[in-house]
Amino acid sequence: MAILEVRALEKHFGPTRVLEDISFSLEEGQALAIIGSSGSGKTTLLRCLNFLETPNHGSISVRGQVLFDAADPATQRESEVRRKRLHFGLVFQNFNLFPQYTALENVTLARKLLAKERDEANSGKKDLLAAIDQEGKELLERMGLADRAGHYPHQLSGGQQQRVAIARALALHPDILCFDEPTSALDPELTGEVLKVIRGLADQHTTMIIVTHEMAFARDVADQAIFMDGGVIVEQGPAKELINAPKMERTRQFLSRYTEN
Amino acid sequence: MFAFFSSPTTQTVLSALNEGFVRTLELFFITLVGAVPLGLLIALGSMNRWAPLHRFARPKQSKALRAVLNFRPVSAICRLLVWIIRGTPLVLQIITLFYVPGLEHLFNWPSGESGRMMAVCIAFIINYACYFSEIYRGGIQGVPVGQQEAGLVLGMTRSQIFFKVTLLQMIKRIVPPMSNEVITLVKDTSLARVIALQEIIWMGESFMKGNRGISGLVWPLFFTAVYYLVFSGVVTLLLGRLEKKLEFFR
Repeated sequence: MAILEVRALEKHFGPTRVLEDISFSLEEGQALAIIGSSGSGKTTLLRCLNFLETPNHGSISVRGQVLFDAADPATQRESEVRRKRLHFGLVFQNFNLFPQYTALENVTLARKLLAKERDEANSGKKDLLAAIDQEGKELLERMGLADRAGHYPHQLSGGQQQRVAIARALALHPDILCFDEPTSALDPELTGEVLKVIRGLADQHTTMIIVTHEMAFARDVADQAIFMDGGVIVEQGPAKELINAPKMERTRQFLSRYTEN
Repeated sequence: MFAFFSSPTTQTVLSALNEGFVRTLELFFITLVGAVPLGLLIALGSMNRWAPLHRFARPKQSKALRAVLNFRPVSAICRLLVWIIRGTPLVLQIITLFYVPGLEHLFNWPSGESGRMMAVCIAFIINYACYFSEIYRGGIQGVPVGQQEAGLVLGMTRSQIFFKVTLLQMIKRIVPPMSNEVITLVKDTSLARVIALQEIIWMGESFMKGNRGISGLVWPLFFTAVYYLVFSGVVTLLLGRLEKKLEFFR
């Protein structure tokens, strides 16, 4: 069974339709690339999945459980939305690290707050917090940032900041990790280190949705791909096929701009 | 010079100035204690998005009608208050608040120094709260939305996000403009003399009527300036230290 099932998702901002009839599914352990020009609705789609926007129509299910259904207000209660968000992780285009916390604190903050809420009276709290710290350090190590744990975001390069942001998202063990153009805010020489980390995650079969403009990367790393234009899915299929041999004229046009350069 | 400082006249001058300075200090701290939280209330009020008729607004209605339907009363009242208070002189506000209630037979301030002090404190608190509220608003709106969204996707509650993520970033943003405002307050306290509150300038000036005439005023006025300089120097130093403390992040 698919881990993620999105059905007939629709989102308007006032009279503007940003997403229309978006349906797709994702298997566990697979990576899905979403490509398309700016303004095609890719980011809004990710924001809907992470409950930062409320779709006007459609449903989102994870592991068969309906997390959101526009027709059912019971699925939209603020208190539950918070828990549901934890099914997804989101890595932002411009990192959004918390500037007043070190790299390690950025990674562990949310976990610690959750742990404190759940185990208020637990006597083993100290051990738990230590375990979270330990896991945070291991995550940073996996990102190649073991020696940067005590640094504040402004002391890190863009690529390092984005890797901290990835560790921060992973710390909550989301079912599906979403990337919103993770390298678009980086200098070209820094994109490599971030893409390498994401590639590593794909090799370990992390379920991911990656919005990206890096076509070669999408083709090599993603299993599935979706091409969006004007708020609709124009074409979807295996990433290699879609990017190497698109079936639709609109997709060909879009991709030709990348091969020209 | 040394003889001057130990002369009985100087002693009289300094003890009078000390007395006035205590008043000045009182006014300064009472204003801060009142205006800092009241300013936050006004800031939150002016950012309040409550619009009771908003649900009747439709995109196709005329601009004027939509403006009426989207009217935000709480925000409007707070902004009106800020406009009036920032748009008129503090001296005028002090005079109005002190004399108008009596003239219009609304109520009377307690007689003597305590009534003057009360009126002046209220005028100062309202005035400074309005200025502070605009600084807070800038600080709150200056924190990027991404910070809040990052907190949300990490499953944090709104209050966790406010206290653990955005608050410190706001404080860092508002310290420099607040320092400015607080140092202005140090000197603005002198406006209280307009309703004869016996703060330090009143005390200094009172020596004008002494037996040495105008020439006897020079030293009292000089010392008054020294009091202000020392006072604002201490304030500058403390706020500078706070600013330094927050420099560990950007």
